[in-house]
Amino acid sequence: MALFSGLSEKLNHIFSKLTKHGRLTELEIKTAMREVRIALLEADVNISVVKDFVAKVSERAVGQEILKSLSPTQQVIKIVNEELIALMGSSNSKLNVAPNPPTVIMMSGLQGAGKTTLCAKLGMLLKKQGKKPLLVACDVYRPAAISQLKTVGEKAGCQVFETGQGNPVKIAKEGVAYAKSYGFDTVIIDTAGRLQIDETLMRELEEIKAAVNPAEILLVVDAMTGQVAVEVADTFNKRLEVTGLVLTKLDGDTRGGATLSIKAVTGKPVKFCSTGEKLGDLEPFYPDRMANRILGMGDVLTLIEKAQAAISEADAKKMEKKFRENSFTLDDYLTQFEAMKKMGGIKDVLSMLPGMGGKYKVREEDVDEKKLITMKAVIQSMTKRERDNPQIINSSRKNRIAKGSGTSVQEVNRVLKQFEQTKQMMKQMKNNKMFKFQ
Amino acid sequence: MGLFGKIKSVLKKTRDGIANKLTALFSKNKLGEEFYEELEDILVSSDVSVRTSVEIVEEIKEKAIKEKCRDKDYVIGLLKEELYDTLNYAEPLDMSTPLVIMVIGVNGVGKTTSIGKLAHKFVSEGKSVTIAAADTFRAAASEQLSVWAERAKVRIIKHSEGADASAVVFDAIVSAKSKKTDVLIIDTAGRLHVKTNLMEELKKMDRVVKREYPEANFVKLIVLDASTGQNASSQVEVFNEAVGVDGIILTKLDGTAKGGFIVSLSYETEIPVIFVGTGEKIDDIEDFDAKEYVEGLF
Repeated sequence: MALFSGLSEKLNHIFSKLTKHGRLTELEIKTAMREVRIALLEADVNISVVKDFVAKVSERAVGQEILKSLSPTQQVIKIVNEELIALMGSSNSKLNVAPNPPTVIMMSGLQGAGKTTLCAKLGMLLKKQGKKPLLVACDVYRPAAISQLKTVGEKAGCQVFETGQGNPVKIAKEGVAYAKSYGFDTVIIDTAGRLQIDETLMRELEEIKAAVNPAEILLVVDAMTGQVAVEVADTFNKRLEVTGLVLTKLDGDTRGGATLSIKAVTGKPVKFCSTGEKLGDLEPFYPDRMANRILGMGDVLTLIEKAQAAISEADAKKMEKKFRENSFTLDDYLTQFEAMKKMGGIKDVLSMLPGMGGKYKVREEDVDEKKLITMKAVIQSMTKRERDNPQIINSSRKNRIAKGSGTSVQEVNRVLKQFEQTKQMMKQMKNNKMFKFQ
Repeated sequence: MGLFGKIKSVLKKTRDGIANKLTALFSKNKLGEEFYEELEDILVSSDVSVRTSVEIVEEIKEKAIKEKCRDKDYVIGLLKEELYDTLNYAEPLDMSTPLVIMVIGVNGVGKTTSIGKLAHKFVSEGKSVTIAAADTFRAAASEQLSVWAERAKVRIIKHSEGADASAVVFDAIVSAKSKKTDVLIIDTAGRLHVKTNLMEELKKMDRVVKREYPEANFVKLIVLDASTGQNASSQVEVFNEAVGVDGIILTKLDGTAKGGFIVSLSYETEIPVIFVGTGEKIDDIEDFDAKEYVEGLF
């Protein structure tokens, strides 16, 4: 979050000096792009990729009319975000399948990228989909790599084919032959990690490829990789023509700019992300989430768009005034909830707010939409005075409200408590410049 | 090949490394704005953080302008000097024996391999070494470490997979004390620094060492992968907060990645780089030398 709020603040600062409406000028864009460039570099996007990207965004941004509903900052970020998503491509977690089984999937990547663990994770995922995968241990160099694959493979419920420290090309071939005779429909080949400049080992990968003709060659990349990601991905892709990318260790706090680098240089789809230490922690790749992560924000833009659709400008102005004056009442609370409902559910909205998702854990019970009906009944059973000044609601009033709404005193208390919490959140939103619905 | 030569040759492997870029850069005549911007870019390409790159280049620029300097070699000299000063700022680490080294870091950076190399290094210096296999989490981690222990011909203390890591540490300390071992190296499970429970486990191991072996010189070395980007700072920060980090082992310097984040780290912390890993063989570990590192960059 910190970085993005940094970027958004900086952009706000730049634009605050300029006219709020009209067209974005070249100078404004140039100043803004410097900040965008820094944000991307700090996220580990490769410098040459950043340069191309910034040039593209500038070109698109110059002369654009500022939408009434967006601030110039939001506008620039919107373009940046859209371009990021475009560059990262669409979601595609489908694996290639060979016309004649078995489908061979080959792993490749640097040391420590997480290939061995990924083999087991993928094996488990495929098993869940009803496939019968065989894991083949071709990392004969790292001590105990075979034993590691056997252990994780067993945990994933997959058989592991190994012949000890033999020749990796031969092991791969034998593994595929074994799969054919024992009815495995998928073969996942683990390979040793290697530097892209290690000629001998790179040639070995080419030989394995030639020997077993994989339907899928996955390049496994640590999401924390820095500037070198471009060179690594480029070399592996040129030597092997990889068919897809897998990002690992995304459960850390890295922004994962390497994703953009490898995507830009190879043009290949990111098929999966590995997001945890458990074998089930393998997810399809969502380009939009990744774009937000690189920029370090929640799904703000979607929220802005939805808010525009659900709340009329006049309503928003009125509401903003209320936030500012802190005169937010139970009536407004109800109106807000109705509007949020139009925006696609409260949970959706809450999870899209940057800084909210983490601070206020969105609990399932807090966002039960059915409770909204109860809440509505409770609030509507209050007098106008009570709705404007909830502090006057004493126990006898609570009893009356509970009876009137067909609920209980506890229910009334709950609504009042949530209202207070919401007021607190509103205060935060008020302080967050992103949420000025202009 | 000497130490100097080795690091230099390792760093030279880059096809279009900093040296080439700089040569191209410095052959231009004017030392204008563009020139300094390109200097920044070069540092950024080595994973020096944007902020540090800008600061360093600003400093160099000011100096150069003050001295009305237009000579490229002189500016290279200034830059080298600045980088060297930055990297050499921290106090050298006390490695006196009895020494306990706890090796920490995120997954896949090369902790186990580094421990094998370190053990070999201490043995070749005539010291006795015991290794504690306290990575009880990753499948086959202790087996991997056993292979290294065998290669380095040192003793290893291990439990079964899934055992309590602190118990391994405890046993290893008892053993190291009774055998009067000079150096005890503790392997720990790789953990992403954002996992609170794993960081708690690490704190527990830290407490066990302090409580059970107070007379030892206890240092914690974090292993950082040279191909990592800006996240390296975050790793150091969080591990440092949890158990304190005394030094850095920078691994995988035999690739084309430079691990420039150590420049930023030296700017922001006083944690020195102690060792560098330069290959997959058991003797591919060197003492870090700021001068050689900087020389190797150009």
